[in-house]
Parts: sequence; structure tokens; C-alpha cells
Amino acid sequence: MPRRFTQHVTQATLQNRFDRRSAIVGALQGGVGVLLAARMAYISVAENEKYQMEAESNRVNLALIPPRRGWILDRNGAPLASNKADFRVDIIPDRMQDTSREIDTLGKLLHLNAVEVQDLKDKIEDSSGWQPIEVASGLDWDRFAAVSVRLPDLPGVVPQRGYSRYYPTGPSVGHLIGYVGTASAKEYEEEKIPLLVTPGFKLGKDGIEKQFEKILRGQPGARRMEVTASGRIVRDLETREDIQGKPVQLTIDGPLQDYAARRIGLESGSVVVVDCLTGDLLCMASMPSFDPNSFSDGIGRIEWKMLSEDDHVPLRNKVLKGLYPPGSTVKPMVAMSFLEAGLDPSASTFCGGGLRVGNRVFHCWNRRGHGQVDMAKGIYQSCDVYFYHFAQQLGMDVIAPMARRLGMGQEFPLPVLSQFYGTVPDPAWKLKKYGREWQAYDTVNATIGQGYMLANPLQLAVMASRLATGRKLMPRLILGNDKPQIESMGFHGDHVQVIQNAMSEVVNGRGTAGRARIPLDGIQMAGKTGTAQVVSLNVSSGKGGPWKYRDHGLFIFFAPFDNPRYAGAVVIEHGGGSSAAYPIARDVVTYLFDRQVGLEKLHELEKQWGGTAQQRLAARYASYAATYGSAAPKPPSGDAAIAREVEQEDRAAAQPSPIASEVTSPSPEPVAASHGEGNGRTTPDSSQAGAAGGDE
Amino acid sequence: MRHSIVPAPIASLPWGMILPLTALVIFGASVLYSAAGGHMQPYAQSHLIRFGVFLIMAFAMTRVTPDLVKFIAYPGYVAVLVLLILVEALGAIGGGSQRWLNIGPLVLQPSEFMKPGIVLVLARFYSNLPANMVGDWRALIPAGGMVAMPMALVLMQPDLGTALAIAFGAGVVMFLAGLPMRWFAGGGVAAMVMIPLAYFFGLKDYQRRRVTTFLDPESDPLGAGYHITQSKIAIGSGGLTGKGFGHGSQSHLNYLPEPHTDFVFATMAEEWGLLGGLFVLAIFAIVLRWGMGVAERAPDRFSRLLAAGMVATIFFYVAINLMMVMGLAPVVGIPLPFMSHGGSSMLTNMICIGTLMMIDRWSRTRGRSGLSS
Repeated sequence: MPRRFTQHVTQATLQNRFDRRSAIVGALQGGVGVLLAARMAYISVAENEKYQMEAESNRVNLALIPPRRGWILDRNGAPLASNKADFRVDIIPDRMQDTSREIDTLGKLLHLNAVEVQDLKDKIEDSSGWQPIEVASGLDWDRFAAVSVRLPDLPGVVPQRGYSRYYPTGPSVGHLIGYVGTASAKEYEEEKIPLLVTPGFKLGKDGIEKQFEKILRGQPGARRMEVTASGRIVRDLETREDIQGKPVQLTIDGPLQDYAARRIGLESGSVVVVDCLTGDLLCMASMPSFDPNSFSDGIGRIEWKMLSEDDHVPLRNKVLKGLYPPGSTVKPMVAMSFLEAGLDPSASTFCGGGLRVGNRVFHCWNRRGHGQVDMAKGIYQSCDVYFYHFAQQLGMDVIAPMARRLGMGQEFPLPVLSQFYGTVPDPAWKLKKYGREWQAYDTVNATIGQGYMLANPLQLAVMASRLATGRKLMPRLILGNDKPQIESMGFHGDHVQVIQNAMSEVVNGRGTAGRARIPLDGIQMAGKTGTAQVVSLNVSSGKGGPWKYRDHGLFIFFAPFDNPRYAGAVVIEHGGGSSAAYPIARDVVTYLFDRQVGLEKLHELEKQWGGTAQQRLAARYASYAATYGSAAPKPPSGDAAIAREVEQEDRAAAQPSPIASEVTSPSPEPVAASHGEGNGRTTPDSSQAGAAGGDE
Repeated sequence: MRHSIVPAPIASLPWGMILPLTALVIFGASVLYSAAGGHMQPYAQSHLIRFGVFLIMAFAMTRVTPDLVKFIAYPGYVAVLVLLILVEALGAIGGGSQRWLNIGPLVLQPSEFMKPGIVLVLARFYSNLPANMVGDWRALIPAGGMVAMPMALVLMQPDLGTALAIAFGAGVVMFLAGLPMRWFAGGGVAAMVMIPLAYFFGLKDYQRRRVTTFLDPESDPLGAGYHITQSKIAIGSGGLTGKGFGHGSQSHLNYLPEPHTDFVFATMAEEWGLLGGLFVLAIFAIVLRWGMGVAERAPDRFSRLLAAGMVATIFFYVAINLMMVMGLAPVVGIPLPFMSHGGSSMLTNMICIGTLMMIDRWSRTRGRSGLSS
């Protein structure tokens, strides 16, 4: 067949074949042409709407404008947290092409040092990629512009004008206000809205900032822009302004808060001041602290090293999470319980330096004895034997309910993340906790605020305010329009005056805190000292030696003593005794009544300390940065991890001492006017430095 | 013959094709002008200048005689083949693939010359082949060798688009030369077997990805499917009449890749809509229809095959490019004739046009001389 076919082929057949086949080729070409025309018509007419939308969504980029955060105001309307307009640069790691090159370029353009570059790389490593990371904020125009003009080489870098949070008093409000930061992956998981991953947006991470996030946040604005494929903005199409978050007004007195925080100085401690008319918390200072201004861009390695190595635990809010044996500051409370139980304030007992109960002797802090002691002397001389004696008669069931009525062991309805509420021990509590019977020495310990008893400084301040006024003041942190209704404590007769007078005597008379007298005419402060032992006297005297073995110094106060306007508490951790605490209370109260006199005192002290808290923190940071540089270890990733770590440490620290099988021998109280001014610590009385009381 | 004031050599030019073609080139230049953000530089001006120069070249080509063309067919083919080998060798020395030869200021892409070259050499081969050998192996083996060598060289570059263009041009010439139909049927079957094999073993990774994303562009909208998706968005959003000259957001905001070369049609369609697209298609139809007419009127077997092969070459460019931008073919770097910016493609296509005009002149002179003698 093929052979025959071949033989018949001629030029004519080929011509014929060419004509036929070229017709086929031509028809095919025409067919393709029709197909193309049809396809194009389909895409551009039938599917026009879909593609127009896609082109539009290509062209137009909707960018959220982070809302300006509501301000946090003090009771007089002064900002504790405000916003500062600034230039900032963020990055979105997923959109970057050559991360390390871009980071190096940014480092050069923004003049970042090695530590900052290393911190930035840490953050990128930990990030989920699509979340924006702050590179720098508060930039000057030159540096901002330097980045802006290089944008085509820096995909994923977002320079923008925005607002950053500003805390005028820095560390003074760190624990109270908290700080802000970019949303973590977990926070975005919980609240899946685009705002949380918008560069420049920050939410509250701690304290008031976190508690009132919903109110403070506001409504984001939006900007429609025409952008190129590489993300360069060609022009703005339309802009909707953001709605600023609402302000939150606190009861805090900003200047007082700052004053108290600074007055704590080099010590580790807290100051709480309560308004005796309303229960308003005027001051909740806890120091040392962190600077919330520098936390908002994340916690860098130097900061973390500095904060975590500090034995003064700057990340702990000591007002709410510091639990301390209240020591002798419970004595006015115990006295009030005696009064209410019917004890005559003039009833007295003899103090010979100790009291025999059964076959054991319980020592007074003053081993030489106080002689004949009535209630007032028991308070102002802080005589332990007086309280041992009558507590044996009246029992713990009188004391513990009074402690609770006055606020100890209580959790207050405050907008805070957590408060540790301590322990008011009683027989039922001990049985439940340890399965042991209540012993006489437990009552003895409780009357002098040792043993199982633990309280936080806020509770001590509330106790002081309720004792001072006889009214059931509830601490509040948010300033409301309506005046709070405050019930009476229901104390009988002149019991409140008895306590007022006795506590006034502590400061203004023959008491243990004579140097706490207010240097202003007509203002007399009442108070009660307390010294809480941290370790047994066999380990350390509590006055000198290693810092962590020194006694806590406590002081509760109110003023004026006969018509209380302010009440409060000062607790200085390991201050070596109450003499570390009451000078601070004195200066704070002085400041409350005469700001000028108070400030002069503070400036004098700060000269010795090396500047304000903020300045010292900055100096410390600089020295850490110089010593460790980027070799400092990486902080735990994310604020949540840091908060967890801090919380764990706080809980561990707040544990009461293991079961007390022994009576705690009271530490000596300082004696009035025996030493000079200032925070000088009293040397222990030689007769007090002996062993703790025990079986005899 | 009517007398006119226009001199005969000019009047005898195929103005019915040249004028629409010029209109297309000018339209192309306006699209390039828009793609450059409303500037003649860097695309539109050089586009027009090249067309002008190459049109004059095409006019000059019409004066070449059939004997000369026949004479240079084999040496020309060999020369281009040598250049291809040279490119490959230089690329190997340079340590990377290379498609160009730099000769002074000239940038030569020999694979471009091979597209008309293969048509020419095959037309020459079949015009000399005795008619009774057409069904014989002697019709296939030498021609197949002549196609396989440049294809292999071009594939090594690697340039799949050009290799396919060479194969297509050659295939059409062989088809029209009258080779037995069953060979083509067999070839088709072989191709269907070979394509999967080639896909898995012959293609480079990036080429394979282009094929898969062509089949499902949404599978990788930001990666390799990006080109097709953006091109379809550009065409689709243009609608019936387009967004208006200079208002194509896809091209101006850089969403469309290569808006001035491979995807110039999408750039055009976004601003001129379906009407612009039909205009372009219509002109290609006129030009190609004229080319087929030239082939039919051609005086002998050689010129018929040559003309039809040239038309096929232009057609292949147009069809593949348009199918690609409309999402009907994978992304193979083939520009759109007379619209895309680029000297090599313009030169190749104008060589094809010039060859067609030359053959057109041959058939006119033959006819006239036949009448007069």
C-alpha cells in the first residue's frame, strides 16, 4: 500500500495536497483566533466584575491607624500615662526578603548599638512572622527620613508617624500602671482582630493598662491608600480618623505617688496612703521598679539581666504581692480587739522582760522590762508582755475576727491583676492547714504579728485607716463622681480615741518613733512601728549582716492624729527594723501637708543617693550595658513568660514560714530620740541579741 | 495596470498589509508609552525606530531574487547553527547559560534567526526533493536531523519557547510539503507519550513549575502563578472598553510582571478593553490572512513552502503569547509580535514579513513577465 502510494505521487498531487493542507492550517489559525477572541470576551466581560474587584484589592491597601490610647489620669487630672507623637519604625518579618541584611541596614540607618541589634534579632527569632516588631520609636526626623527613603530596598519595614505611650514619672508608676507592648501570639489568638497585628499598636500588659484595656484602647482609624506591588504608597485615597480611647481617672495623687516612690530611695519597699474620708488610694508606690517607658518596645536582654539579678525584685508589685509578717504594727489592732472585748484601757500588767506561760517564758523585746504597763504604754512602748498577758486571758478568737474586720487577710475589690491576701491565723485555720492544735505560743506570736501572720502593705494601710477613723473605709482606685458611702466600724465608746492617743504617743510622746515627728506646726502624726523578723535570731540579729537576713521595717500611720485625714503604711524589706520605715512615713506625711518642705528633704537625700529613681535606673542600665553588652542572656520570650516567671517568684516569696514550733522572739524596737536623723539603723541592744525564747 | 502618480515599485507594495501592520506597531508604541508612565523613553521610541529600520530592511529584501535565496538557504542554516554552538560554548566557559553573542554594540541572539532559518532550509530541502520520494524515509530523516540539531541546542540554553517555535515552523512546512498524513498522526501519538516523559525527566524545575501553575494558577498566587493571575486580572478588569489610556492600575502599580514585553497584551487590554483586544486580533488576522494568500499565489513549491512557514512562525508567536496572557498556556517567554518591546523579536518577525513581501513580489513579477512575454 505505501509503496503504491509513493509511486503515484507527482508534483500535481503535491500541489493539490499543499492547497488542501494550507486550507486546514488557515482554518486552524482562524479557529485559534476565534478561541482567543472568545476567551478574552469571557474574561473581560463575563468575569469583569470579579477581576475588577481583584484589581481594586490589589491597588487599594487598607491600613489601620492604631488608635490613640486613653490617658490615665491622677485624681487631679494630671497624666500618669499619656501619648507622645513620634516617629517609629516597625518590621514585619514575613515580608522581609533578606532579614539579616535588612536588619544590618536598619541598624546603621537608625544608629542602633550591638545590644539593640541583638535584641531585635531575638525578637524576630521568637516572632510568629506576621506580627509586627518594633525596631525603634521616638526617632528624630533625620533618622526616620533615612529609613523612609531607603524603603524600596527594605521590604517588610514600616516607618510611620504615630503615638507612643509616655509615663512622665517612669518607674514611680511602673507597678501601678503597668506598661504596654505589642500583642503576643497568644493575645492575638484570644482576640483575632487585625488591629492587634497592626504595626504601632500596643495593648496593656500589666497593671491599670491591662485592666482597663477595653476603655483605654479606642477605635482604630483607617487609611485607604493606593500602593504598588512592592507596597510603596502612591497616594492616600481617604482617611478615617481614629477615636481616642477614654481616659481612666485614678484616685492616685500623681505627685504624691512620685514623691513616695522616690523617697523609698535605695531601699526595697512600698508606701500606701489612703484618704480617710473616702478610702481613695492616694499612693501605691512600690520600689525599686522598672521604667514602663522602656518596656513598651519589649524587654531587652540588658533590662532583663538587670531586673532579674536584682535581689530587690523590681518586677514585683510589693504593695499587692509583698507579704510580710506585720510585726508590732498589729498591736493597735490587738488592743482594739481587747477594748471591744471589754478590757479596761487602764488595766495593767507588770513587764519584767518576759512572761511565763505554763513552763515557757516569752520574752519582751526589752529584756529589762517596761515595769507597770497599761494599754497606751503597751502600744507606745510596744511592750510585748502586755499583749502576751491579756491575749492569754481573752484568746485568739477575740483577736482574729478583729484582724479580719480591719482588713487583714482580705482581698479588696480593686481593679488589679492579682493581690496576695496573706494569713490571719486562728485555731480552725491551723487545724485545717497543718492538722495541729492551736498552742499558747501561737497566740503569743499572733499578738506581736509574727508566726503565721502575713499581710500586704495595702492591708496594713487599710487597717490603719479603719483604726484611725472607726469607719469601714474600702480602698478604691478609680475616681468616681459619687462619694462612697462608708459604714461605721461600730466601735464602742471612746475606743477609737484611746487608740488614736496611744498611737500619737508613739510619735509625739514617749514612744518608739519619736524621730517620726512631723516638722510642721499643728500637724501631729500617729503611728505604730513594727519590726518583722525574717530569720531566727540564732541566724542573724536582723540588724546588720547580709541584706536578705535583715528584719523588715514596718510603720502604719495616720494624720492628724485626732482628726485623721490620711492613713497609710510603709514597709521596707530587710530595712533592719522599723527605723527604716518611719522616716519615710514622716516625709510622705510632711509632703502631704506641705509639699515644699517635703521636697527639700527629698532633694537633700537624692543628692546622696545619686539622683532620682529614674536617673539611677538609667545609670544602672548604662553600666550593665557597658559590662555585658550583647553577651547578656536572652530574656524569656514574650511578656507572658516574664509575667509567669515573676508571679512564680512572688508566690514562692510570699509563703509563710514553715510551721512554727517555736515562739518568735521579738526584735528590739528602736527607742525614741536616741539617734540622729535619717535612715540610720539602731544598733541592737546588747541584751536583745540573745537566743530566741524557747522551752525552759 | 492603472496609472497613478505613485511610482510603480512603491505602488506594488502590499499596502493592504503594511498599513494595518503599521497601525498595530503604532498602537503597540502607545501601549509602551503608557507602560513607561507616559514617556516615549525607554520603550515606545525605540520600538518605533526599530520598526522603521526593519521595514526598510523588509523593502530591501523584496529585491532579492529566488536564486539567491535558494543559494543562501544551506550556508545560512549552517552559519546560524555554528553561532548557536558558539553561544553554548561561551556560556559553558562563562559558567552559566547564555543566549546572546555580543559583537561590538550588537547583541545577537542566534536562536531568533533559527526560526525563519529552519523554515527556509526545509522549504529548500523539500522543493528539491523529487515528488515520488515524499512518502519515503528520505523525506523525513534529513529534515528531522536539520530540525533536531538546533532544537537540542536551544533547549540546552534552556529556551523552551524558542525550541517549540522552531519545531512548530518546521512541522508546518513538513505538513504542507505533503508528507504522509499517518506520520503526523504517529507523531501526535509519540508526542502524547513523550510529553509526560519530557515533563518528568526533560524539563527544568522552574519549567515544570510553570506547567503545574498554568494548570492551577491559584495554587501559588504569590509565586509562579502570580504572572498568570495578575495578567488575567489586568485583562478581566479592563472590561469592554478598558480603564482608559494611562489608567491601568495593574501595569502602573507594578502588579503586572513584564508589562512591556511578554505581558504587553495584558497592559493593552487593561486600558483598551475587549475592543482593543479585538483590534489587535483583527490586524493579526489581516496580516496572517495576507501571508497565507501570498503562499497560495506563490510561483513555485519553494516559495509556497517558504511563505507558509513564515506565516506559521508569526502565528506561533501570536497564538502562544495570547494564550499565555489569557491563562490558556503556561508561561513561556514568548513576546507578542509587533507590540512587545524588544529588538530580537521585532527583527525575526520583520524578517518573516520581509520574506513574505519578497515572495509576493516574485509572484507579481512572474505573473507580469508571463503576461508580457
